[in-house]
Amino acid sequence: MDIFAPIQMLSDWLTYSVLGLAEGSRLASSVNFFLYDVPKVLLLLTVVVFVVALIRSFFSPEKTRDLLAGKSLYTGNVLAALLGIVTPFCSCSAVPLFIGFVEAGIPLGVTFSFLVASPMINEIAVILLFGMFGLKVAAIYVASGLLIAITSGIVIGKLGLEHLVEEYVYQIRMGASAPPAAQSWPERAHYAVGYVGEILAKVWPYVVVGIGLGAVMHGYIPNDFLVRYAGPDNPFAVPLAVLVGVPLYSNAAGVVPLVGVLVDKGMALGTVLAFMMATVGLSLPEAIILRKVLKPKLIAVYFGVNAVGIMLIGYLFNLILR
Amino acid sequence: MEILILGTGCANCQKLEQVTRQAVASLGIMATVSKVTDIVKIMSFGVMSTPGLVINGQAVLSGRVPTVDEVTSLLVRAQGE
Repeated sequence: MDIFAPIQMLSDWLTYSVLGLAEGSRLASSVNFFLYDVPKVLLLLTVVVFVVALIRSFFSPEKTRDLLAGKSLYTGNVLAALLGIVTPFCSCSAVPLFIGFVEAGIPLGVTFSFLVASPMINEIAVILLFGMFGLKVAAIYVASGLLIAITSGIVIGKLGLEHLVEEYVYQIRMGASAPPAAQSWPERAHYAVGYVGEILAKVWPYVVVGIGLGAVMHGYIPNDFLVRYAGPDNPFAVPLAVLVGVPLYSNAAGVVPLVGVLVDKGMALGTVLAFMMATVGLSLPEAIILRKVLKPKLIAVYFGVNAVGIMLIGYLFNLILR
Repeated sequence: MEILILGTGCANCQKLEQVTRQAVASLGIMATVSKVTDIVKIMSFGVMSTPGLVINGQAVLSGRVPTVDEVTSLLVRAQGE
């Protein structure tokens, strides 16, 4: 049974009875889509973010750093990418985190695996994908995100770019990390509730705009319209999707609702994945924050390697999933 | 008692300051609460995620905004030391 059926009923009632829109019309189909998806996504988000916050209260950047210190290149990259998924981390603490990693002697490449995985394999994106499109799409997304994070970290490590980190970073000496206060379950729950509020307050405009855009496309753009422009046969679709996605900074919660619509309208799944990864994983605000510790050339390398990785994944899935 | 709020100016750092001031007021203890925004200084306390709370030179909490009760008990513990 569809647990979202009550929302569908509510949306139908609002669309056809309250607003009196004719069933089957374009406007009705757009409005119905919007009124169904907005509450559904916000509801999913509330539950998901709460659970994720509880899980995250068991991890901390300090613990992650201790786990990664002294790991060899490849093991370190794999572990860093995995920890990137669960370690609580917001872009505002990217700088102390980076310095902390470098100070602990964690190789630059391993640090980058973490920095790539953390925003890209956003647990909210993963669970929304699972909730809206099923296990297969979610698993594909996680696997490709990990693959990109691991390999781009290895590539950046092999390039030997340590001199492109701002010099002062190497001079900082950190104090011994304090054992963080043990949290009780009520404290974890308090943290989780606070986190839900914080995320929802930040994310809801993206959700509304994302779904609004999706709703308009759903109602007014004919199915398979995008096949010609962004179908599996257009070799330029993937790089274009990435180029459009990078400056278009959005939260995962705003992009995921678009994924289904874009696929319906004929965009190849690999292309959609590439678009989503570029939007979520590569953001200009993050680049500006990282500028404090990285020279511009290294930021360019970071974005370049990532973008290439995302494009390769896009092509790969367009080949596999046709 | 000397209390420091570590943070580069994000919203959570301001929340932590509020919570801490409330805890100090409810205990009625003598304490100075000041902010540290310099990243090098923040790191010198071994804190990698902001906001962070330092009591008498000792980092006791990082990466989240605690409840007033939690800060209160941290202050009481620090007082006993």
